[in-house]
Amino acid sequence: MALKRAVACVAALAFGWAGVPVHAYTVYVSNEKGNSLTVIDSETLQVLTTIPVGQRPRGIMLSRDDKTVLICASDSNTVQVLDVATREILAELPSGPDPELLNIHPSGSPIYVANEDDSLLTVIDLDTEEVLKEIVVGVEPEGVGVSPDGKTVVVTSETTNMAHFIDTETYEITDNVLVGTRPRFSEFTADGKQVWVTSELAGTVSVIDADTRKIIKIIEFEIPGVQEIYVQPVGVRVTEDRSKAFVALGPANHVAVIDAKTFDVMDYLLVGKRVWQLAFTPDQKLLFATNGNSNDVSVIVVPDLTVTKSIPTGTAPWGVTVSAE
Amino acid sequence: MAFQFPKAFRSMTKWSLECLLTVRFLVFFLCCPPVAIAAAGTDAPQEIDSARPALVRIGYLEQEVDDLIPLSRLKVKPDDLGIAGAEIALKDNNTTGKFTNQQFTLEISRVPVAGDAVAALRKLVETGHHFVLVDAPADVLLRLSDSVKGEPVLLFNISAPEVSLRQEDCRANVLHTAPDIAMLADALAQYLIWKKWRRWFVAKGTSPADKEYMEAIRRSAKRFGATIVEERSYKTAPGARRSDTGQQLIQLQMPVFTQGAPSHDVLLVADRREIFGPYLPYRTWDPRPVVGTAGLQAMSWHPAHEQWGATQMQNRFQRFAHRFMLPLDHQAWIAIRAIGEAASRTGSGAYDPINDYIRGDALELAAFKGQKVTFRKWDGQLRQPIIIAGPELPVSTSPQEGFLHEHQEVDTLGIDAPESKCSFDEGLSQSVKGE
Repeated sequence: MALKRAVACVAALAFGWAGVPVHAYTVYVSNEKGNSLTVIDSETLQVLTTIPVGQRPRGIMLSRDDKTVLICASDSNTVQVLDVATREILAELPSGPDPELLNIHPSGSPIYVANEDDSLLTVIDLDTEEVLKEIVVGVEPEGVGVSPDGKTVVVTSETTNMAHFIDTETYEITDNVLVGTRPRFSEFTADGKQVWVTSELAGTVSVIDADTRKIIKIIEFEIPGVQEIYVQPVGVRVTEDRSKAFVALGPANHVAVIDAKTFDVMDYLLVGKRVWQLAFTPDQKLLFATNGNSNDVSVIVVPDLTVTKSIPTGTAPWGVTVSAE
Repeated sequence: MAFQFPKAFRSMTKWSLECLLTVRFLVFFLCCPPVAIAAAGTDAPQEIDSARPALVRIGYLEQEVDDLIPLSRLKVKPDDLGIAGAEIALKDNNTTGKFTNQQFTLEISRVPVAGDAVAALRKLVETGHHFVLVDAPADVLLRLSDSVKGEPVLLFNISAPEVSLRQEDCRANVLHTAPDIAMLADALAQYLIWKKWRRWFVAKGTSPADKEYMEAIRRSAKRFGATIVEERSYKTAPGARRSDTGQQLIQLQMPVFTQGAPSHDVLLVADRREIFGPYLPYRTWDPRPVVGTAGLQAMSWHPAHEQWGATQMQNRFQRFAHRFMLPLDHQAWIAIRAIGEAASRTGSGAYDPINDYIRGDALELAAFKGQKVTFRKWDGQLRQPIIIAGPELPVSTSPQEGFLHEHQEVDTLGIDAPESKCSFDEGLSQSVKGE
């Protein structure tokens, strides 16, 4: 494995990942055990700085204006708002206990926070910092997807094994879709037509039609030399043109590449240990993958489907988000 | 300060526990619409319709036993041990049930020492409880199993760890969420081998329970390549568990008892009733780690286990029960979750579909163990990773890396299919498919 990665690195240096124009974006990685964010320059792939934050930071997301990073500080029971310019915590939002993942309405507010301990989705107005609503969902909610039109939020609950579709106007659950065991993440495609849900212990991805709310495809994975039980999908990202999807496979130490039209698995990219979450650069040329047990992020060149570099982070990197700045 | 209970629990009186029980039964009756009570037989279809939730009644039978007082006050058994785990699982099932229009109830039946457990089970079955968790010694479990043989009743053994229950005495109507002694011994042995602590000096009790534990330990040593350098029996009859001057005496006794052993890496204690084992750490003649039934131990769950999302389970449990979650609580929790999962996947409240699903290939459960847990087809045992822990913190989880298995590494723990002596008898085995 180390050898393969080394070869990939050397290849990348030798050929300079030709044909991939890269803008300098800023990558933020939450370090679950390090209680910090690692900040990385997407062009030089160097660590710029490390920012101490609350306890056990996991899900992180840039605000829609790219001015702040919202951080689920799970053990501090709050969502922190980090000013990217001053790198100071501006606010601590009343998220409820044990926030794990969040998402933001396309208009920039409100935010939707999954509270694992309490079977709640908390809706918080980002401007007034007030809780607008707490929505009772299944046991141990985690993944939060927001439709591009802002009308629907999809929350996954890990013990109930459902994707709950919630109307953002009425805050009512309109549909419950049973998915594979321990669903952890939900992602709307950019066209709003599908919701991709990963099931960690089932080892599958369910693709749900956003209109009919029926599962149209269950994607399975098979990596040579890896026992099926270690294939544990967590993070998933679909390219804007819905040509490809990338799925972080946890302790299988690979990111799966899927043809998002046919749902066929095209490739498995070897990354670090215990890969959690994924984030594209805004130009979708690079994909960053957090490796929780090897304390690094892997950099995937999207057009080439190669892993070019691993960048050391703090301890136990978990969430990742990329700023256009 | 291992297993120290929060203040709220330590001050919990019997009165408040009785209140809890009363509330429990009130909730039970309030939750049962009269129509559903009338349809108690399993043959009556309990299809889901929008107006009336499908009802799944779960029983919990505890045979109380005369336990020795634990040597440590920290190990005093909570009165609701296991029951609290079942109750929070019921809550979880009912949260899911809101979305699937299913409702789960729990009836708890506690049989006093020398009481009639078979009659208690009969009463549960007659009131429509066809899934019953059993917290009872092995002999009682077998009597219970035989008493409902051929009936649509599925028992979950949540506590008895005897290997024989999964081997020559296995029963088709029993699934085991409690790990057996062979799994626990293998899990510990794999960790010791991983540490390269291969030479074991054994201090063993003389009870039948300790003899059985030693059989599992010898099997593990042979399987994984450890050497038992000596087996030494602790023969002193147990006296009073508490005394004003006991400590000075023990400080002298334990070094002498462990003196003169051949060269060894660990002292492995086989003392399931805890007559002397807890006295050994820090008092051995040679400065060696103590493992086995004292010191570093193998278990299904530890109150400080926080891997794989377990933090949220621990938090929820502590808020609910006002104490830490212990192995029996988790073993009860997972049994009720299996029923809940089967109900939500089959969309049914009826016995047959739920029973078939639990025994089928599709069932997979999330148990905060880093991988799905499932039931072994050949003996009804829940296959699950086992936690290796000291008093305060988990140290590791077995199976250890490098212990390979052709299908699932977790099946390197315990009795695997090729060596199993279990064969379920004809009439009951139609839904227990071989793998």
